[in-house]
Amino acid sequence: MSLTPLLDGPDLREGAEPAARHLARLGPSLLSGPELIDALDQSDLRGRGGAGFPVGRKWRSVAGRQGPRALIANGAEGEPLSFKDRLLMQARPHLVLDGAVLAAGAVGAEQIVLYIGREHSAAADAMLHALAERPATERARIRISRAPVAYVSGEETAAVQFVNRGVALPMSVPPRPFEAGVGGRPTLVQNVESLAAAALIARRGGAWYRSSGTLLVTVTGAVARPGVVETPLGTPVAEVVERAGGHPGSVQALLLGGYFGGWVAADEAWDLPLHPERLRGTGHALGCGVVAPLPADRCGVAETARIVSYLAGQSAGQCGPCVFGLGAIAETLRRIAVGRSRPDDLARLDRWSAELPGRGACRHPDGGAGLVRSALGVFADDFAHHLARRGCAAARPLTAGVA
Amino acid sequence: MSEPSARPWDGARGVARVGTSRVSLGIDRIRCDGRGYCAELLPEMIRLDDWGYPIVSSERVPDHLLDHARRAVAACPLLAIRLAADGRSR
Ligand SMILES: Cc1cc2nc3c(=O)[nH]c(=O)nc-3n(C[C@H](O)[C@H](O)[C@H](O)COP(=O)(O)O)c2cc1C
Ligand code: SF4
Ligand code: SF4
Repeated sequence: MSLTPLLDGPDLREGAEPAARHLARLGPSLLSGPELIDALDQSDLRGRGGAGFPVGRKWRSVAGRQGPRALIANGAEGEPLSFKDRLLMQARPHLVLDGAVLAAGAVGAEQIVLYIGREHSAAADAMLHALAERPATERARIRISRAPVAYVSGEETAAVQFVNRGVALPMSVPPRPFEAGVGGRPTLVQNVESLAAAALIARRGGAWYRSSGTLLVTVTGAVARPGVVETPLGTPVAEVVERAGGHPGSVQALLLGGYFGGWVAADEAWDLPLHPERLRGTGHALGCGVVAPLPADRCGVAETARIVSYLAGQSAGQCGPCVFGLGAIAETLRRIAVGRSRPDDLARLDRWSAELPGRGACRHPDGGAGLVRSALGVFADDFAHHLARRGCAAARPLTAGVA
Repeated sequence: MSEPSARPWDGARGVARVGTSRVSLGIDRIRCDGRGYCAELLPEMIRLDDWGYPIVSSERVPDHLLDHARRAVAACPLLAIRLAADGRSR
């Protein structure tokens, strides 16, 4: 059986796989409803949008509720370093649609919203085209909604609020979407890659996924061929970096999980397994599956300052600790990076980043705080150098991205 | 959820701990504007960050502090604090 079940089929450059070819290649789903939820439990499939929550458990929590329910297929992909969701929607839209229809059936959702980032036009076009190829009974329940271009647009309560009121801002929880979401209905919010994986599990079973499941990884940064690779769960980090044309020797550290993830020292990173649970066991997180090596000649302090400045700028501006905390952390990192630190800056960074998690309506501040804490460890020497109020040559390209 | 390292609320009001309620404090971060009345009324469980926004203990409220906790909830001008069985420290 194929090693790349998510992206199998016609050459990716050909664009969206037509419905007939998709069905001829994969055949119909064998599992649905409660049987599919059992298979998801058995598969141990974890959400691929970032948080890594068990998919089967999430479906159960919505399926068990009363009254009409809804589903949001999350294809916002606001993470600047991630490209896997748009590629999947662009190339294999029917796998995503299969997953959405199966999920809706299993949790009792009448309404399906495909929530696609406004900047991902090729993906939206492909999904729209694929929708036209589906049976009328399906089409009637599915609509496309375009997420505003902003980091927090893809956060689940922001997605719900956008669908309800046209404002993509996170809301305070409770209620969580599974309690009250679209139109007040219990709502399943699931990443599009998670849904595609569920569609494969519906054909091949939970045990198959456990032994042969794959995930999509965006490899970017210091590699010759940045892009998306599909790889078996558990693949060592070094392997995907090499496949993308990177050389472990020339890398000092690696950003794992995107802007919401964390830095890992190169020596430690290469053998880490790309597997949500096994990675968590090592104290790291897979996030949305970004692997971005930092070249040896770039400054980790400056790069962290750049990313946290971006995240602070993307705060939805609703919660004090997120606005002021992330803002102050970004400001402090910037002045350290350019060699203008003040006494106690390091202690402040340490305290602020410890105080921030859990103190926003959404987890946006948690992501920035985690990134800073990882940087304080991995780039400890560089911080010491900068704190001696010296800049460094590598700190200059503050505006150039990792990508 | 990471707990702040210093926990000034650990000092009790001179009352022996006899039991722990089932509820904990949660803050609606969108409503809260950080004036900090709550921290004055319940310093055992709420302190303020450098900008005046509350840092709340995620522990369940001990019985001997329940009245104070209810007073803090009632005093919040923005109805931003709740006491609930699932009340996460948010
Ligand atoms: C600030 C922020 C931004 C997020 N952006 C996205 C996104 O663009 N796409 C996505 O699938 N999940 C995103 N998430 C995660 C969602 O809230 C939600 O957990 C996810 O869509 C659930 O799907 P999953 O369980 O399949 O991962 C974001 C979360 C946060 C806190
Ligand atoms: S935590 Fe930040 S991003 Fe999330 S809702 Fe509050 S202000 Fe917006
Ligand atoms: S009293 Fe209310 S508004 Fe004021 S800091 Fe406390 S929770 Fe926030």
